[in-house]
Parts: sequence; C-alpha cells; structure tokens
Amino acid sequence: MRLLACLAGWMLVASAAPPGVNDALISGDTLPPKLSDFGFFTNGRPSARVHPYTLNTPLFSDYAEKERFIYVPAGKRIMYRGGGPLDFPVGSALIKTFGYPGRTLETRVLMRRASGWVALPYVWDGKDAELRRGGTRIPVEVHGQQISYAVPNQNQCKECHQLSGAIEPIGPKARNLSQSLLGDLVKAGMLDRAPAIARLPHWDDPKAPVAARARAYLDVNCGHCHNRAGSASNSGLYLTWEEADPVARGIGKTPVAAGRGSGGLDVAIAPGRPDLSILLYRMKSTEPGVAMPELGRAMVHTEGVALVSDYIAGLKP
Amino acid sequence: MKALALALLATAAPLAAKTVTVAPGPDAQERLQAALIEVQPGDTVQIAAGRYELTDGLSLDVDKVTVKGAGPDATVLSFKNQQGAGEGLLVTSDDVVLRDFGVEDTRGDGIKSKGADRIVYHNVRVEWTGGPNEKNGAYGVYPVSSTDVLVDRVTVRGASDAGIYVGQSKNIIVRNSTAEFNVAGIEIENSHNADVYGNTARKNAGGILVFDLPNLPQMGGHAIRVFENQVVENDTPNFAPKGNIVASVPTGTGVMVMANADVFVFGNMFADNGNTNVMLIGYKRPFTDKSYNPLLRGVVVRDNKHGRAGFAPSFPGGSEIAAAMGGSLPPIFWDGTGTGVIVKDAVPALSLNLPSPEASVDQAKPAPANFPDGPVPPEPKPVVLPASMEAAIK
Repeated sequence: MRLLACLAGWMLVASAAPPGVNDALISGDTLPPKLSDFGFFTNGRPSARVHPYTLNTPLFSDYAEKERFIYVPAGKRIMYRGGGPLDFPVGSALIKTFGYPGRTLETRVLMRRASGWVALPYVWDGKDAELRRGGTRIPVEVHGQQISYAVPNQNQCKECHQLSGAIEPIGPKARNLSQSLLGDLVKAGMLDRAPAIARLPHWDDPKAPVAARARAYLDVNCGHCHNRAGSASNSGLYLTWEEADPVARGIGKTPVAAGRGSGGLDVAIAPGRPDLSILLYRMKSTEPGVAMPELGRAMVHTEGVALVSDYIAGLKP
Repeated sequence: MKALALALLATAAPLAAKTVTVAPGPDAQERLQAALIEVQPGDTVQIAAGRYELTDGLSLDVDKVTVKGAGPDATVLSFKNQQGAGEGLLVTSDDVVLRDFGVEDTRGDGIKSKGADRIVYHNVRVEWTGGPNEKNGAYGVYPVSSTDVLVDRVTVRGASDAGIYVGQSKNIIVRNSTAEFNVAGIEIENSHNADVYGNTARKNAGGILVFDLPNLPQMGGHAIRVFENQVVENDTPNFAPKGNIVASVPTGTGVMVMANADVFVFGNMFADNGNTNVMLIGYKRPFTDKSYNPLLRGVVVRDNKHGRAGFAPSFPGGSEIAAAMGGSLPPIFWDGTGTGVIVKDAVPALSLNLPSPEASVDQAKPAPANFPDGPVPPEPKPVVLPASMEAAIK
C-alpha cells in the first residue's frame, strides 16, 4: 500500500515537467498561479542553482522562521558591486518562505525580469502554495500569543521593496551576507567575485558594539522605507547604514507626519533618553497608525526594542 | 472636419478601457484589493454603493486608473477594524482619479498619495466619526511628493493633524472643499505653487496653514495664493498629539503662514477666530539644516473681510498682551520677523517685534504693526493644471 503511494508519487513527478527551475516562467510575462510551477524545489529539496542563504541581521517578522534561496539561471552570474545590493542577472529569483515550527505559511518570490523585478506572494495550502496577489491574514499562535499574521499583498511587497519607484531586493546586500556564503556562490558559478569587505554585525551578537548592532538592526528593519529614495523619503528620517547626517538618522529630529505616532514626544531619538524617543515608542506599539514598520509586524520584537533602547541610552545628550 | 475627428480620437478613452465593479459583502477586503492590483491603465474600479468593513489598508499602484464610488455618503469604506498599514488607501501611481466615495475611521492617515503625479481627489469624504480625538489619524487627504495635485469638493472631518494636507509637492489646487473639526483644516507644507480657494475651513483649531519645515527633501515653500475662502469659527481646542508641528498652532487661528516666500492672502472672509484671523511668523524651533530659511519673505495680505477675532488669545503670553491692548488681540498678528511682509487690510495688526523667530515671547515688544506703503510685489501666477485633470471631473 505504502509502496503504491510512493509509486503514485513517483509517477506524478515523472509525468510533470522535467525537474529543475522553469526559466521561461521567470523571464516570461505571466504570473504563475502555483509556487510549484517554478520548479524551485524537487521533492522538497532545492533544485540545481537554487542556493540557500542567511543574513547577518534579518528583518523581524513576528518571530517567523525564514528559509531563503537565491536562484541564478545557468550560464549567468550575479555581479558584485560593493557592499550594497548584489546585481542579479535577468532570470534570477529570490525565494523566501515564512512559517513557524510545524507550519509553513507563505513563500514570497522576487523574479528578475527584463522589465525589472516582480514580487509575488504565495500562500501555502497542503503541499503547494497558491498565488494570492491580494494578500491574506492567517490566525496563528506565536510564543503563546494569538496574532493575525499578515501575508502582504502585491502592492505591499513593493511598498517595502521600492527605490525611486522600482522594485529592488532588500536582504541580499553584500554587507549583510557572510564571506563564506559569498565564497560558496562564487564556487557554484553564481557570483562573479567576493572581495573581503566590512560587514553588518549580527544584531544579536553580544561581542559586537551596541551602536553598530543597533544601526544594523535599524538599517534592515527600517532602512528599506526610511531612505532617500524609499517609501518614507518624505519623512526626512533615514535609518540606513550609510546615512551620515545625525539629524536624518533621527537624533534630535522633530517629526513631520507622525500624527499620533509621535506618542506626545518631540523627537525621533532623544540621546540618552529612550523613554523620550518616538522611534522606540513606535517600535513598542502594535497599533496600526502608530506601529513601525507599518507592515508585517503584529508583535513587539522585545529583543530588538532592548537593543535600540540600549543604543539610545548610550548616545551622549 | 478631419481635425475634429482627430481631436475626438485623441480624447476618446482607449478601446480596451473597462470598468471593474466591486460590490459590498463578504471578503470585501480581498476583492477590493485584488481589483486595485489587477486593474489595467485606463480602467475604472467602480465601488458600488454600500458599506465596506475593511481590515487592512488598500493600495493602488497602477497608472491612469479611476476609483469611483456612488457618492461620498453612499459608498463608505470603513476602517474601524483596521489591523495593519499606515493609511486607509495609498496611491503610488500617476494620473489617478479618486472620486465619489467616503473613507471612515482609518487608524492612521485617510487617503495618502505619494509620488503620484496628476492625482485628482474629487467629491471624496474622509471622516473620523467619533469627532475630534487625538487618537484619530493624522491626515485626511494626504498628497505628498507629487507634481500636479487637484483637491476639489473634498470634505474632511476629525483629522488629528491636517484635514487636507499637501506636502513637498508642486503645482497644487485645493478648492471648493470643506475642512472642519480637524486640528488644521487645510495645510500646504514645503510646497511650491499652490492655489487654495473657495474652501470652507471652520471649527478647526487652525483654518488654513502655509508652513515650511527643515530637514526635508523639499523645502523653500513659495508662490502660494490663499483666496476667497471662508475661514470662520475655528474654535476646536487643538487636539494634536504633542511633538507634531501643528500641536503648536494656537486654537482659534484663521490663516497661519510660517517660513514661506511669496504668499498672498486675499479676498477671504474671516470671522470668529478667537486667537487671530491671520498669523504671520517665522519658524521657532531650533534647527541645524543650513539650507533651510526660517523666515517669511514676501507675504501680502489684502482685501480680506474681518469679522470678530482675537477674543480668546491662545498663544503663550497672548492673554497678557490682549489685556494690555484693551481685552482682545487684533485680527492680524505678526511676530515682526522676515522681509516684505505687507498687510493692506484696514484692520488693526499687532507685531511682537521679535528680534528673530526663535526668540521667546519675553523678548517681545508688542505694538501696532507698521507695514510699508506703496505697491505690492507681483502676485504668483495662477496655478494651471494639465487639462486632463480638469476633464476627469467634468
């Protein structure tokens, strides 16, 4: 009986398209209705040239666990271009699956087409995930707390991923990837080179300085919108790693369009005074209209709040 | 004849343009959002009459789309149970027309459009139905970082910052709209070339504000005309959360101009603004941005009608000054800083004669203001928007 099931499974695989990634789908102009259409995974394992990766400092997403993969088509390579985003060739894809122990919720796919990046959300149901351009909400229990987990809609994907109106990857910047990972990608023929550079610290590495870890945390969790070309460009608050202007980084900066997000406080970061800093107030809130980031967070990241609080406490007034 | 045919061809909608209708009912959130994602340029998303209980912010990122309801009270998008996003509706594409619907009780801003050039808001209502409350969202209608903005026949009530707020934009018309029970009725901030006319700003803390703030991508607000508006009874106590610049707007202020250049305020009807009808000041807070100018440069106030004003001064030191002046403040108030500040209205005006905008009221030498005589400088040219925008609401 069991054998029969195995056989049926084998026949299913055998009768489908040949294993491996469907390059025509990535480069084409349709939106694949099922995640399996791409062929990123074969029997639950990454297909050829689908390479797992991790980030030094990741985005907080309600304590969800994430699996990340880079796909680069055969015969092409990612071009290294400094510490910022890697330059992916047309036909590449970034695949990121979110879930909690025992439960896979969603997979987000970024595809690099000739016309630019396209971001698509897939929601898991059984053995496959379906395209849900309008996003959805899924009730889940996390650390004993009931939350409404939000799968972003396609526009929300872009809200975080846009720079000057075009979609860009956020995570795989060279400075936020380990040297060994980049070396592996070079060995696999997926990346042209991997010079040794200064890297973002791991946000939770107690051996790294607090300020650097907090800056890395803010870069990854806030900097995708809060930069000079991002969705929050009009705020004048820029939390990217490379931002040099202390006021733009929030220090002594008065709010512009915070509304009740100000929490009755005067500045984004009051040096030495976490309790008087709007930035921390908004990190500690889960209320829409107050909570930052605006998308993808229904819980407070207690450890992130503690880190940023320590950083602000250590700034000289 | 041939020319006529060509003209008709040019103005006709693309053949493929279609209307997608969304009706109220279960899964309204996903159906409406899916329609706003799948819509094609040239199409209309028609939101049928009814009430829509939404749980998340909506967004539109497709150019040349019209989102149309059955009327501001007939098609109601309610965000009372909103669980995520910073606004009710976010538009990030160009040539979008939003018309004939209402948005209620968003947790953050009402409708925001960012980098959305040639955006039209027409016959739209944004309201916090519980009345003024500091827990209401900040802005009702919120176009920002855009070129060519038309806000026409819009009503906003209850915003904890500004009802109609246009920020860091260029070439703007706000007209024939009503802003009431907000902290600020209408605010033009860090913007270039704006006409604000034919509006009613009543029952706000401040009626119409023209501001410029430091540390922002677009500064140097200038060429703003505020004319033929009804700015009356702005007596709702300022309920803005502290920290926001509008929290410093004294309750009972009609028009307030701060740190802008070439601002013309004329032909307005002012009455029953307890602090003052017209307030002209520089930027008071400390700043380090070297490219920012905190001063007024060229402000002309002329031919306005002034009813009762100044009977309830609400800025620091205001009541003391009022007492010294016989009980009330004059209808026009100037901090005494800046250049080219000219008031032609035949009503009393007060100057604090401050040495600089950030100086404290202790340094004030309040006295009747003296303004230079002679001709006023040339007025900014009327704002002209692309014909397609006016055509969209014909």
